[in-house]
Amino acid sequence: MTVMQAQTARPAGRSLWADAWARLRQNRLAFGGLIFLLFLMGLCLLTPWIAPYGYAEQNLSMGATPPSAAHWLGTDIFGRDLLTRILYGGRVSLAVGLVATAVAAGIGVLYGALAGYFGGRVDAVMMRVVDTLYALPFMIFIILLMLVFGRNLLLLFLAIGAVEWLTMARIVRGQVQALKNMEFVEAAVSLGLSRWTIIRRHLLPNALGPVIVYATLTVPSVMLFEAFLSFLGLGIQPPRSSWGLLISYGVETMEEYPWLLIFPGLALTGTLFALNFLGDGLRDALDVRAAKD
Amino acid sequence: MPLLDLAHLSVSFHTRAGIVRAVDSVSFSVAPGETLGIVGESGSGKSVCCLALLGLLPRPPAVIESGSAHFEGKDLLALNERTLRTIRGRRISMIFQDPMTCLNPCIPIGEQLIEPLLQHRNTRRRTARQQAIALLDEVGIPAPERRYRSWPHELSGGMRQRVMIAMALIAEPALLIADEPTTALDVSIQKQILELIKAIQSRRNLGLIFVSHDLAVVRNLADQVLVMEQGRAVEQGAAEPIFNRPQQPYTQKLLAAIPRGSKTTSPTETAQPVANLLEVRTLTTRFTQADSKQPFTAVNSVDFDIRQGEILGLVGESGSGKSTLGRSILNLVRPDSGSVRLRGQQLMGLNRRQMRPLRAQLQMIFQDPYASLNPRMSVFATLAEPLRLHRALKGEPLASAVGALLEDVGLPPSCMRKYPHEFSGGQRQRIAIGRALASQPTLVVADEPVSALDVSIQKQILELLLRLVARHNLSMLFISHDLAVVRALCDRVLVMHRGQIVEQGPTEAVWTAPRDPYTRALIAAVPRL
Repeated sequence: MTVMQAQTARPAGRSLWADAWARLRQNRLAFGGLIFLLFLMGLCLLTPWIAPYGYAEQNLSMGATPPSAAHWLGTDIFGRDLLTRILYGGRVSLAVGLVATAVAAGIGVLYGALAGYFGGRVDAVMMRVVDTLYALPFMIFIILLMLVFGRNLLLLFLAIGAVEWLTMARIVRGQVQALKNMEFVEAAVSLGLSRWTIIRRHLLPNALGPVIVYATLTVPSVMLFEAFLSFLGLGIQPPRSSWGLLISYGVETMEEYPWLLIFPGLALTGTLFALNFLGDGLRDALDVRAAKD
Repeated sequence: MPLLDLAHLSVSFHTRAGIVRAVDSVSFSVAPGETLGIVGESGSGKSVCCLALLGLLPRPPAVIESGSAHFEGKDLLALNERTLRTIRGRRISMIFQDPMTCLNPCIPIGEQLIEPLLQHRNTRRRTARQQAIALLDEVGIPAPERRYRSWPHELSGGMRQRVMIAMALIAEPALLIADEPTTALDVSIQKQILELIKAIQSRRNLGLIFVSHDLAVVRNLADQVLVMEQGRAVEQGAAEPIFNRPQQPYTQKLLAAIPRGSKTTSPTETAQPVANLLEVRTLTTRFTQADSKQPFTAVNSVDFDIRQGEILGLVGESGSGKSTLGRSILNLVRPDSGSVRLRGQQLMGLNRRQMRPLRAQLQMIFQDPYASLNPRMSVFATLAEPLRLHRALKGEPLASAVGALLEDVGLPPSCMRKYPHEFSGGQRQRIAIGRALASQPTLVVADEPVSALDVSIQKQILELLLRLVARHNLSMLFISHDLAVVRALCDRVLVMHRGQIVEQGPTEAVWTAPRDPYTRALIAAVPRL
């Protein structure tokens, strides 16, 4: 993503990013997904000011009521407003999902590109490191982290990002390996470009497609991972909430109070759909060949 | 009584961009023992015709609009898939361009050969095996019993094409369709394969449809010729009159585009001795091999000079080491020993960083313009990259320099914002040439720059290269397998064989009086009009 901002508009030819943005805007589904995500993020950012109730505000007389005019999405068994809790939960879930994925993508892309480009011994060592990390029981690693440093949202981002980058690195490495033997990369070498410029300008833009798709799939899995950690008592603690936590509590009471599962579920799947549409759209927008018929 | 009678075939492709007429009312017929040559440039619809005959067109997007193809009492175009399958591979067989992609890499060639016999004919395995071995023998494969168990990757390109021919023949078809069967092969192998096809055809009295972009090859083989352009049959009839007295301007243009004759060198150039720009001495490049401890010597102790302002040809067959030599000079491949001096400066042993400032003077043009341009960079970005790097241009001067480069290579300035995929092969090669010229080099290594292009485009690009070399006082190492092209373009020529330069000298002298036996064989194998 930092690469994106580094490229600014040029005098005559537009950059790949400007072209991609123009194409993305023409893709209604993807652009709709982007708008939806931005809207959701805006809501979550503004939650402390717009939420109808406090997230811990209990009203035991209103325990587990279905949706009504006072509580649009109903209340949970403690009588807390579900809409409020979903909004507060969204702050955590979206932040964890997006930040951890960004961390994972950042490390993975860089690591994979370097391993793939340099190849040989460098690649062998770098990928054995990845293999070793794959083999580590990460649950235990994260539990240890949490025990040593205490529960900390930032640490949670980093910990999850540190798990997810491995696959990303493998994907990028494979892409770069295939690309680096193409003639246009040799042409770039013969022009006298530095290695870093070749990786940044010639290899990465051509390897981004699968990365973007994988990243959009990583976001929901990270959100569920956070729920799992929270469920174990390592993530978010009640009375605070996240979508994953709301869903896992909703599952327990699914038969009596279905709305406690349905609405948080809708929030998560809505985000998921929007992300997938946006991911597909981004991939197509960055592929100059697919965009024009 | 013709074997195949095709009448008014029209095929169109329905794509998102609209309907494209690929074949427009084409008719032809082939008699037993007769060869029909279909020539045309890429996109002319010659392959589509053949695929339509066998029902091999992907439908959709292809739609057969009209036509009939009578073959042994049936209309091929009206048959359903099941009936077609009884004809395909049995009565009509096809030989494709690339023998590697057409053979299954996981099955020994013998097994692949007898598959149709086991499937269609219920032949017993033993009998099928004997037939296959006899056939491998017929197509000229040495030790056929042993080769029966070989894997496709163990065979050379020429051997694989022989296997493909054997596969096409195993069910004893009456009609053979060969779609550019020798395009991927070296000239000497091409000659052998063409002779083989000719011999088998007359022995078995086959009808043969031979599709090719190479007019010289078609002329040596065909009785009847069909010239196609953009889906239409421009000219057709007996081969001799068409080649000797082409009536249609397109046919005339195609024949005129074939490189012939030698480069006319101006007397001033030959009179005075010219300084050497690049001196290569005992240059050797080795590669480690995966399956052996012995390194493979791709370039073996090579000596030559490139003079200021000359075009030096480097010819050789695939695997001769000519590409490796070109890349070794530019330090794109690291040579093992020897010396390369550019105006006296030693290039050997320089690392990437030390090479970088010198890169401006040494540029390369690649073979495949579809692979040598970054698909995600616009023309502007592609050309601006070397200008920024080596001439530190930005802003308005950069834009006008890009415009000047485009003009130099004959492209309109309006194409700056387009991406490589929006251009034809010839236009892409122009962009790649522009990129190579951007840093104002003194030496350009052109590695088969016209091999992937149609003959009329090839002519334009060669003319462009000649013009640019003269205008910018460039020197060029022109690597090619095509001797006719080298003869038309180069002042001097190097002939490379198995990593060594077997002969060098002025092009015309080498062409008319080759001293080395390998050069002689190579020149004899070139198909002539």
